[in-house]
Amino acid sequence: MDFLFVLIVGLLVTSGAYLMMSGHLVRFLYGLALFSNAANLAIFVSGGLSYGAPALIAEGEKAPLEPVANALPQALVLTAIVIGFGLTVFALALAKRAFASEGTALMDDMRSAEPRAED
Amino acid sequence: MLVAFPILTALGTAVFCFLMRDQRQGQMLASLGGALIQVALAVALLWTVTTSGPLSAQMGGWPAPFGITLVADTLSALLVLSTAIVLLCVVIFSLSEIEREQERLGYQALVHALVAGVMGAFLTGDIFNLYVWFEVLLISSFGLLVIGGGKAQLDGAVKYVGLNLIATLAFLTGVGLLYGATGTLNMADLNQAVSGRMTETAILASAGFLLFAYGAKSALFPVYFWLPASYHTPAAATSALFAALLTKVGVYSILRVFTLVFETDGTPLAPVLIVAGAITAVVGVLGAVTHREIRRILSYNIISSIGLLIMAIGIDTPLAITAAIFYLVHNMLVKAALFLHAGLVLKIKGSEEFDKVGGIYEQAPWIAVLFLVPALSLAGIPPLSGFWGKFLILRATIDLPSLALTVLVLVVSLLTIYSVARIWLEIFWKSDERGEGCAPAPALMVAPIVLLTILTVGIGLYPDLLYSWSDSAAAGIADPSTYISAVMEDPS
Repeated sequence: MDFLFVLIVGLLVTSGAYLMMSGHLVRFLYGLALFSNAANLAIFVSGGLSYGAPALIAEGEKAPLEPVANALPQALVLTAIVIGFGLTVFALALAKRAFASEGTALMDDMRSAEPRAED
Repeated sequence: MLVAFPILTALGTAVFCFLMRDQRQGQMLASLGGALIQVALAVALLWTVTTSGPLSAQMGGWPAPFGITLVADTLSALLVLSTAIVLLCVVIFSLSEIEREQERLGYQALVHALVAGVMGAFLTGDIFNLYVWFEVLLISSFGLLVIGGGKAQLDGAVKYVGLNLIATLAFLTGVGLLYGATGTLNMADLNQAVSGRMTETAILASAGFLLFAYGAKSALFPVYFWLPASYHTPAAATSALFAALLTKVGVYSILRVFTLVFETDGTPLAPVLIVAGAITAVVGVLGAVTHREIRRILSYNIISSIGLLIMAIGIDTPLAITAAIFYLVHNMLVKAALFLHAGLVLKIKGSEEFDKVGGIYEQAPWIAVLFLVPALSLAGIPPLSGFWGKFLILRATIDLPSLALTVLVLVVSLLTIYSVARIWLEIFWKSDERGEGCAPAPALMVAPIVLLTILTVGIGLYPDLLYSWSDSAAAGIADPSTYISAVMEDPS
């Protein structure tokens, strides 16, 4: 099971890196979204996967009696998803504004902040 | 609970400023008041920590290592104080510089939210919480960078956002791997959990991810490109805040995590830090001698000083760590002063490019002198604070078996002098061919630069105080047992 997840993380990172290196702003952001999902999955796998063992404590007990899923990686991933969502939305809005002002989404041609010497 | 107050004050002030954003005066007072409270709190924190040892507080009443611990040792308290001073200066400057429209969009609220992230990063004892504070300061810096929305500003922001988000994801992955390998996120607890396991693949991989992430945040070679692409585009108050704080949070994280959590001795990490730092120092200063605009030159000077800092951290002798901490504080104050001064030049001359400005020394000699003092301090001329910082780093490199790094520090210092001398000659000394005068300098812009200049002269004339603090901070780094016991033992 772990192996499958590891494979998926690898796939997400390779496709993300491929998209990011294309030099197109929108593809870069898609690549970033894939990266962020890869990071979340990696946390999930490294925190230890378990099947069908919710982290619940029976009434009257102070600790779970049987082995349960670790709830902490889930909390970490949830935090990371929320933050990642906010950042992605900001990045998309920024990309739209930058496209409007630059007139291009090709990273090599976006040079307002650092004009080329010959310009 | 004193430990939590800098963060709470920053967040509270941000909320206040946001609510008052339509009332200019109310917002100004709230922002200024918040900054003054920060300075007072930081002085109290540093005084408490230096007299009675590290302070800690368990958030939500969960005992360590299960809950989130906030902890302040001398290093954290010293950086909190520098941050508070920079914040006060930037807020005063921004009252004059920032236009009404941008204030209405929540400029002051974003400044304090960014400082909340910085304070949180300096004070947290939990590595996932450190990630969260990085996000807080990152999202606030995004806002500050694009507010006003000029063409160059948006373009700079795209690069800044893209590259910083990659670093953030590397940080997150590193934390995930570390948790998987050790089962804890508390940095004091990690110290024991990681101890003796540095050769394990998962731990080394995690260290690699975190080094990449912090390296990118602190603008280390080869992942520094976002900094010169964006720092010269926003308002001067914003770039001064960024220059003084953002990269320094990255340096602080390397200093904290790669001494408390990971052992660098005998791993490939120490040579990586030294080599990356050395290359960064050279590449940065070479960039600084080629550009023809004040803030672009200063941006490359930031990169160069980051290189020296990381190199000193990599050398990792007690003297080198003391030197790094001393230089870090000096650099925060001086970089803020110089970036603010670039804003002042922009205000009185309408530009900061060599080809368009000149003659400030003739027309307003005091403004020129006000640039010269922090510039000489950056270059490391005695008796200013930069001299002691450079001197300590140089002294630390002399103890090494090879003198290559000593030569490198000297060459970098020489080129730094050349880079600031070019600004002096072109902007201030050269006469203005176009015969345009200076606009009057607003007092609110001059005052914070004067304050920071007095501090750099003060530290230079009387370095003992900052040296003794840096020394005790370095002792806390070399022997983390007091830090660990402050976190692990419940004070109540």
